[in-house]
Amino acid sequence: MDKKIKPKSLLSPLVKQLTSRLPGRGLLLVGLGIVLVFIYMAVFAPWISPYDPTKMVDKPFLPPSLKHLMGTNRIGQDVFSRIVWGSRIVLYVVFSATLLSMAIGIPLGLISGYRGGKIDRVLSMFMDSMYSFPALILAIAIAAVLGPSPMNTAIAIAFVYIPTYFRMIRGQTLSLKSQLFIDAAHALGLPDKRIMLKHILPNLAHTILVVFSLSVADAILTEAGLSFLGLSVTPPTPDWGYDLRVGQPFFLNGQWWLVFFPGFSVMLLAMGFALIGEALSERLSLAQSI
Amino acid sequence: MGKKGLGYYIVVRALMIIPTILILYTIVFILLRILPGNPILAVVGTRNIPPEQLKHLEHLAGLDKPLIVQYFDYLWNVLHGNFGVTLASPMGVPVINYIATRFPATLELAIWGFSFSVIIGLVTGMIAALRKGGKIDTGMRLYSIIAYTLFIPWFGMILQYVFGVVLGVLPTGGRIDPRINLHTITGLYVLDSILTGNIPALISSIKHLILPSLTLGIVLSGAYTRLVRNNMVDVLSMDFIRSYKARGIPGYKITWYALKNAFIPVITLMGLQFAILLGGAILTETTFSWPGMGTFIVDRIEYRDYNSIQGAIIFFAFFVAVISLIVDVIYALLDPRIKY
Repeated sequence: MDKKIKPKSLLSPLVKQLTSRLPGRGLLLVGLGIVLVFIYMAVFAPWISPYDPTKMVDKPFLPPSLKHLMGTNRIGQDVFSRIVWGSRIVLYVVFSATLLSMAIGIPLGLISGYRGGKIDRVLSMFMDSMYSFPALILAIAIAAVLGPSPMNTAIAIAFVYIPTYFRMIRGQTLSLKSQLFIDAAHALGLPDKRIMLKHILPNLAHTILVVFSLSVADAILTEAGLSFLGLSVTPPTPDWGYDLRVGQPFFLNGQWWLVFFPGFSVMLLAMGFALIGEALSERLSLAQSI
Repeated sequence: MGKKGLGYYIVVRALMIIPTILILYTIVFILLRILPGNPILAVVGTRNIPPEQLKHLEHLAGLDKPLIVQYFDYLWNVLHGNFGVTLASPMGVPVINYIATRFPATLELAIWGFSFSVIIGLVTGMIAALRKGGKIDTGMRLYSIIAYTLFIPWFGMILQYVFGVVLGVLPTGGRIDPRINLHTITGLYVLDSILTGNIPALISSIKHLILPSLTLGIVLSGAYTRLVRNNMVDVLSMDFIRSYKARGIPGYKITWYALKNAFIPVITLMGLQFAILLGGAILTETTFSWPGMGTFIVDRIEYRDYNSIQGAIIFFAFFVAVISLIVDVIYALLDPRIKY
């Protein structure tokens, strides 16, 4: 009898906490669902989109109907097809940008946090200055110089998020560095590189995942912002932010579908990643508090 | 408080601005110079222009000097308030002239958007904390996520459509009714109309401010909602709140005490949010044809006028650094535990 009660009473707070965290699981599922729909759209765009997104396929300004799910725009392009193909551009730009900033920010953060000293001070000062500056304005400056193309936009956005990864990885490395298992690794005479890659980095996986989802959510809004300002792609490439800009004057005349769908897609996709980040960070703080 | 006092702290903190600005200046300088593309050729495009005119333009932009000289020349000029001249039409106008007329517009929008975001964030966060764990709390949490992911131009256009077109109660663009003559002193129209006692201008400028600043305010309020909620939940569970309750102090007073205590971390967020606010202001300005720094930068990008872009960005860098200084000082004044 004792055996039966004891584990139950020990586990009950945990179970309680997990069940009360059910909304967190809901967030994760909703977020994943949204993101997967957009990834599916991007991958299978040629099969999903009913029309060529760059060609005039019908009369301009047709409202949403069965023939054109989201209507047609001012030059008779199918809005739905442009949304579907647009998801390709957004995801391509945002993923390249985020991977690029991770590839630079994470190693620099590891080295800076682990080595300390002069290199840490210089790097931190650089990154803090960049971090304090309005991200969108920095991205605008870089994108303006590079000229409009998806890859250039990705580079501009990547620049903006390097300090985010750097600061997070550096901070976590600093706190891990003083822990016993790292001392043990030192005592075994392991080289620094191995300690950083095999002992510190794996412990940061969960945090990286959280920051990844949140920075992707943010990068989606930055990408849309850049293309809204005409800095991302050149027409007739389908792009949500650009379509929003072009649709603005007609939107106020009542042709709501020109603006509503592209903007809603931006929000939905950003929200998908934000929800994932939110749910993951909740689990992370839960795991740390146990 | 430390031995040396607040004045010492402010001076040291102000001096720390210098490396920050230098670093940003260097980054912007390097980016604009080393990345491919000659700004002059970008301005004139593929048109054939006489070599002497190209030389003249390069000279005007100071691009004929060695990079290191350009770096210090420009820095020296910036320190004297000279941000260079425009490189595209109208050519040769000092960039500082544009900044002088455009910056107050952005500042006004930023102040209003900032105030909206803090007020909305405080109210929603407080309500969520008082209803912790309930449906309202979940709703506020969703609000904070949705507000954060709203795309500013899209949300702004929806507000324009609803309040400007359907209801027709608010203007959809500009800063003031162009028929109204306002004598500007500070460049902040609301303040100027109050100073000059110009009632029609006051009403018009406030009407023009509401939609853009509400757009900015709502989008930025999500972060405050969350922070205020979490801080207040923590404070409300503290012992001193329990002892207030035990002494029978009325609920609204306790809420006020809790809010005051939960407010200090919010100030740190304000400093961080201000940079995001300025980025958001660019999109808001473009959406609402607001004649500020954002629309200026975007206009100049279309001309590939690098001097103006560089000047505007360095000016922003300076402004952001000053704001973070102010935030730190306020923080130090409010929280006696902070070490100088």
